[in-house]
Amino acid sequence: MTAMIDIAAAKKTFTMHLQGGIELPVVSGVTFHVNASECVVLSGPSGAGKSSILKMIFGNYRCDSGRVGIRHRGTLIDLAAAEPRQVLNVRRATIGYVSQFLRAVPRVATVDVVAEPLIVNGLARAEAQQRAGELLHLLNIPERLWQLPPATFSGGEQQRVNIARGFISDMPILLLDEPTASLDAANRAVVVELVAEKKRQGVAMVAIVHDDEIRHLIADRIVDVTSFAAAA
Amino acid sequence: MADQDSADLDMLENDQPLLLAESLSKSYGRIAACRDVSFSLYPGEVLAIVGESGSGKSTLLQLLSGQLAASGGQVSYRMRDGVTRDLATLGEAERRLLFRTDWGFVHQDPAQGLRMAVSAGANVGERLMAVGWNHYSRIRDTASDWLTRVEIDIARIDDAPRTYSGGMRQRLQIARNLVTEPRLVFMDEPTGGLDVSVQARLLDLLRSLVAELHLAVIIVTHDLAVARLLSHRVMVMKGGRVIETGLTDQVLDDPREPYTQLLVSSILPP
Repeated sequence: MTAMIDIAAAKKTFTMHLQGGIELPVVSGVTFHVNASECVVLSGPSGAGKSSILKMIFGNYRCDSGRVGIRHRGTLIDLAAAEPRQVLNVRRATIGYVSQFLRAVPRVATVDVVAEPLIVNGLARAEAQQRAGELLHLLNIPERLWQLPPATFSGGEQQRVNIARGFISDMPILLLDEPTASLDAANRAVVVELVAEKKRQGVAMVAIVHDDEIRHLIADRIVDVTSFAAAA
Repeated sequence: MADQDSADLDMLENDQPLLLAESLSKSYGRIAACRDVSFSLYPGEVLAIVGESGSGKSTLLQLLSGQLAASGGQVSYRMRDGVTRDLATLGEAERRLLFRTDWGFVHQDPAQGLRMAVSAGANVGERLMAVGWNHYSRIRDTASDWLTRVEIDIARIDDAPRTYSGGMRQRLQIARNLVTEPRLVFMDEPTGGLDVSVQARLLDLLRSLVAELHLAVIIVTHDLAVARLLSHRVMVMKGGRVIETGLTDQVLDDPREPYTQLLVSSILPP
């Protein structure tokens, strides 16, 4: 098995300069790997550092030390030490991130918000929009909304738009930050099926899910984040 | 997927900087406005220079665009023929040509980048004439195209920009700059002084044009929201020095330097 993510001894501390330089330890000794076709769920109470770990894997938070190995175009690169351009390339081609909240871009139609990751990677607009439509349909976003910008949608609708945007690409790694948080049962089931489909395609996933039922349905392995609690 | 392959190839082949700044400094007497700035910019990359007034960001922009002579260090640029040249060694004519063709400069005050008394069409057409276009109706057609792209009603093509609103003037300035298909555009606080709703529209327009045209941009702004929306990378300046640099979302979500933390924490939540 080739690990798609291989994170070793990663450490993150925030230094709050505006609060007299307080050191806020977040996590240390973060070590685990994720194989292709596998979904690893991070567990632990609120504040244990689950989201921080996802952000370290995405290159959004910088690590103090340790290694964040990502298999990108066949080679393992250390995202913790990568140049900004390299991180951007990895995000364009390898790692997708589905957050809880949509960062709405004013004036861009929903169907284009969803299609954008494919267009960025060079797919023709019409084809990208068609795939976006299929996903929006699956996630029960009515077609009359597709041409509207999602800024005015309800929280649940925005989240489903965001899920569609996250799942549309063919990224070999997906990070899921509470993808089902405010969804109803029908849409939660859709997300579970989308995750299963990604597994069949060989995608490696790391997820944060609070819902026990969903966790059982999607997790192949659970990594307990409390063991990475940083010594204060 | 042929499209996909060519996109990948683009990324690999563009692995050569478009612009390179090495140890760039500028002092006015004993005051150092800009100290030891080095970075490289790649095709299609948007770099935001942020910092408060007096941090040296506008001086840096002028040094980079060859409008101000550096006290130390150098700026090199990869010309359209693929040869990388030190800007200081370019003759005046070569520098002007670069400015008219391969570069754009969007000023905060559109009056600095436009000719306020001539028509909008002529403002856009002028850049084309400067690079040798001489067919009137082709120039006019291209100018109309560009006015449409920046969402200016064609019916206003013969009006002078002094009859335009602030937001329209700024969009016209952008059209004037982009009509020659530059590869690099400098922007100095392009949304400064505009109403919030007008700003949002302009940012949205800039964002899509930059992506569509694969433009490299160096944008000076004190507005971190502008940096977040438009840029891939950020350089934070203070006292003429670059104190922090990185991917835009890294620097804004995980700021390290005390001053960057202060900047980020000073934003009011939306």
